[in-house]
Amino acid sequence: MSAETTILLSMAVPLGGAGLIAVCGSRPNLRETVTLVSAATLFALVASLLPEVAAGGRPAVTVVEMMPGLAIALEVEPLGALFAAVASFLWIVTSVYSIGYMRGHGEHNQTRFYVCFAVALASTMGIAFSANMLTLFIFYESLTLSTYPLVTHAGTPEAMRAGRVYLGLLLGTSIAFQLLAILWTWNAAGTLDFTPGGILAGRVEGPVVGILLFLYVFGIGKVALMPFHRWLPAAMVAPTPVSALLHAVAVVKAGVFTVLKVTIYIFGLDLLDGLDFNQWLAYVAATTVIIASLVALRMDNLKLRLAYSTVSQLSYIVLGAMLANSWSVLGGGMHIAMHAFGKITLFFCAGAIMVATHKTEVSQMRGIGRTMPVTTFAFFIGSLSLIGLPPMGGMWSKWYLALGAASTEQVVFVAVFMISSLLNIAYLMPVVVRGFFFAPESTDGSVTGGDAPIREAPLPCVGALSLTALGCVVLFFYADRILAFLQPMLGK
Amino acid sequence: MIAEHLPALQVVIPLMAAPLCILLHRASGAWFVSLVASWCSFAVAVALLGQVQAGGPISYPLGDWAPPWGIEYRVDMVSAFVLVIVSTIGAVVIPYARASVEREVPSDRAYLFYCMYCLCLTGMLGIAITGDAFNLFVFLEIASLSSYVLVSMGADRRALMAAYRYLIMGTIGATFYIIGVGLLYMMTGTLNMADLAERLPAVAETRTILTALAFLTVGISLKLALFPLHLWLPNAYAFAPSVVTAFLAATATKVAVYALIRIYFTIFGGIDVFETMAVREVLMGLAIVAMFAGSLVAVYQNNVKRMLAYSSIAQIGYMVLGISIASVTGLSGGIIHLFNHALMKGALFLALGCVVLRLGSAHVRDLDGIGRRMPLTMAAFVLGGLSLIGVPLTVGFVSKWTLIQAALERGWWPLAVIILLTSLLAVIYVWRIVEVSYFRPVPEGAADIAEAPASMLVPLWVLAGACVYFGARAEQTVTIARAAAATLLGVSP
Amino acid sequence: MNVLGLYNYWIVVVLMMTGFYVVIAQNNLIKKVVGLNIFQVSVFVFYISMSKVKGGTAPILDPGIQVYGNPLPHVLILTAIVVGVATMALALALVVRIRHAYGTIEEDDIDAQEEEP
Repeated sequence: MSAETTILLSMAVPLGGAGLIAVCGSRPNLRETVTLVSAATLFALVASLLPEVAAGGRPAVTVVEMMPGLAIALEVEPLGALFAAVASFLWIVTSVYSIGYMRGHGEHNQTRFYVCFAVALASTMGIAFSANMLTLFIFYESLTLSTYPLVTHAGTPEAMRAGRVYLGLLLGTSIAFQLLAILWTWNAAGTLDFTPGGILAGRVEGPVVGILLFLYVFGIGKVALMPFHRWLPAAMVAPTPVSALLHAVAVVKAGVFTVLKVTIYIFGLDLLDGLDFNQWLAYVAATTVIIASLVALRMDNLKLRLAYSTVSQLSYIVLGAMLANSWSVLGGGMHIAMHAFGKITLFFCAGAIMVATHKTEVSQMRGIGRTMPVTTFAFFIGSLSLIGLPPMGGMWSKWYLALGAASTEQVVFVAVFMISSLLNIAYLMPVVVRGFFFAPESTDGSVTGGDAPIREAPLPCVGALSLTALGCVVLFFYADRILAFLQPMLGK
Repeated sequence: MIAEHLPALQVVIPLMAAPLCILLHRASGAWFVSLVASWCSFAVAVALLGQVQAGGPISYPLGDWAPPWGIEYRVDMVSAFVLVIVSTIGAVVIPYARASVEREVPSDRAYLFYCMYCLCLTGMLGIAITGDAFNLFVFLEIASLSSYVLVSMGADRRALMAAYRYLIMGTIGATFYIIGVGLLYMMTGTLNMADLAERLPAVAETRTILTALAFLTVGISLKLALFPLHLWLPNAYAFAPSVVTAFLAATATKVAVYALIRIYFTIFGGIDVFETMAVREVLMGLAIVAMFAGSLVAVYQNNVKRMLAYSSIAQIGYMVLGISIASVTGLSGGIIHLFNHALMKGALFLALGCVVLRLGSAHVRDLDGIGRRMPLTMAAFVLGGLSLIGVPLTVGFVSKWTLIQAALERGWWPLAVIILLTSLLAVIYVWRIVEVSYFRPVPEGAADIAEAPASMLVPLWVLAGACVYFGARAEQTVTIARAAAATLLGVSP
Repeated sequence: MNVLGLYNYWIVVVLMMTGFYVVIAQNNLIKKVVGLNIFQVSVFVFYISMSKVKGGTAPILDPGIQVYGNPLPHVLILTAIVVGVATMALALALVVRIRHAYGTIEEDDIDAQEEEP
């Protein structure tokens, strides 16, 4: 099988899966088998591409030429391959988890849920493999649209309202800012292809670079840069598997991935180096990191707390991109993978706690570690990775990001990374501490001593979250491989 | 032999079909005659486009009277393209009409409906093909008079008032147009467009010519419902039979836009009216207001037909905007949007017609969960809606892309921002319908309704499919539109 | 040419404005149609007076006559009159139907009827 076929299949498999799932809707077992098989096949396909990309190959395929010079085209490069691999691997895990969660929670409309999930994954693959900005834009929008039914899954007025915020902000920013930037780029450069070293160098100069960068960064609403971050907390009304895979991995990572792609392949680091405009955006990102962490501290609802934590962590990557040097950009790329594993673990745990105990607030989680030891321990691992402590993968990406900031002698940004790590501890550790060291509450609210029986969430849930927690640790030891894999994208 | 007389046949075929419909006096017979007539017109139009692409503009002296004294039919890239647009819609709509007319028009009047439809088609094709300014008026009136009748055939009694108002406004517009033509004739002594173009520059400085231009602009703007002369349109579209709405929305305003293009770029081709006569400021201003006002009002409509009618007003704004930019890219953007808007509005109104057929209403409150009850119809509606927004891979994107490029080429980036902002408004009103039809439960106790019959679904999907096909493969349409724009502006493409 | 020398245009303008005013200001649908007709007729007058050539006669070929009026506008207006008649006929037919449907031909009354339900 040629690499071109593999690329096309990596989109066809989830889409075909979606069709099959819709057909098998009335038979849950078959439906979920289809989901699992598509997920596994997809990962196998993406994994089969990795060796070629690592060896320097850039398999590409043009789907259709819309207008002269403007095509829907796909190409696999290191950053996209990494993103696709992470997303498709976590889809398998999430599918396992979903089965436990959705059944355990007795959700309705499960078929629509699995269908949209598969379509969202197909869009994610499209984003990861886009060869030009227009293709990326198309899949970016289709990801927004396919996740909308998942956000409003509950169908309550509250969910519909959240859905409108979600759609309004994501579509609004992308059409008003991002599309304008794309059109402008085409007008200036005559191409939208992702090219190592950028396509804008020498084509635009002065303030225009700044305006364009501004339009791109704010136009990519999926990075949840303040003040356009509100859709992410709003999206937390969705079922937990959605929050876990889409709003901690696929959707938001698509955002930062796009920012990285734009910085590296549209602008080129050389063009940005030494400009003022990216500095301002870097300050915006740094502010988002700190403010979102502070907001997370005050959130009692565990999922909302994690959502704001995501807002803050995404801005790490934006900050890395805006610092525009090799270390910070590589760190940003790595953080896509590291944060994905950490955050999905945390969301899995939140969902597992909800399924098992129906508790959603942090303040209710006293002694949860006694009844759900595996879950709480996994939460602990995920937290460590997010904070950036060894031996967790999260340490490395933060290390390179800080190194990037230090290499440009901008102490402010180094300080931001450090402070935010402290804040991470402050908002994540209380859950673990309450879980393990506080006595559990009985249902009537009185504090009961002694041993409560162990009552974990359904097995698929626990299995999934243990696996991702393990992933956090494994990534610590393979970080150098990822770094070497990403290195060529800088074109040096 | 036949190839030589294609320009005349283009108009004569539907014209002859009209009295035939009356003679047959039966709905099914009349329907069949109009079916044959519109498919033949379509074939002729495509053949003409082929001829023009191969051998350049065709001039056809009607009755062998040599122009400029006789009436000349002149087919160049622009008119051939518009002929194809109009006859395509005609050919697609007519198979659909049968079931829909049966439901919405009393059966004893159905044959008259087809007669009027043929006349309307004649008028529109005539506008697009004629090279004579006065002849254009005649065809304009043939098209308008028959469309007043078509609108008045709506089942609701409000259709009558809508048709009456349309008539008053339309007639004033047409009369303005002949005043303008009269003034031009006074100054130049000719009515042939090409001849006018040659003679006008000599008298361009006079006040009479400026007055003529003003009369022509206002007259045609009334016909194409350019804001603020659009007041007749929403009611006419809302209360006309569904087929008529689809047909008129996809073609009537298009040929009026075509007439406007002809006036500015052929008749006044020798004079830069955009720079010297303040046409740009006026048109661009009105177009922008139309884009905003039309979309904003559309957001608040509860009758989906009316909503789409207001959206049409906004979309006409895009076309006029393209004209007012008056560069090759801008004009080609306007011309592409003629074609693209015909496809998407056609599809949307046809889809709505299917809904009306089964539901008897096009009100938002009746559409709860309709996406699950009529999945094929609503899927086509969504495709049309996405095109309206300008989502990539649909035709709407191609139009907007070209228009924005035109704006950026001139360095008018605020214009680009405005186009994008109005697209956002389109998102709102289209999404409203999507939310209602897919994310609301089907009302309890609702009667079971079937999908629309295949005779309606096939035309609908032809247009909806075309929205996607020409969105993904825009090269052909873009090339034709650029060639047309280049011809009009007298530069090489 | 002084202002009075252009008296034919003044007649046209006055007729045109009268007709236009009637269309806009009248509430009665028939009167509107009448106004529309006046408006159109003014244009016919405009075309015909335009074709007059000083000292020319009707354009009928005759060996003794050298100067003719311009026949083309006459032909055009013949067409326009036909169109005008068709428009009138249609407008009046519509008014008849409106009268059947609403029982009135006053615009305000019709609007009032539509607002009630």
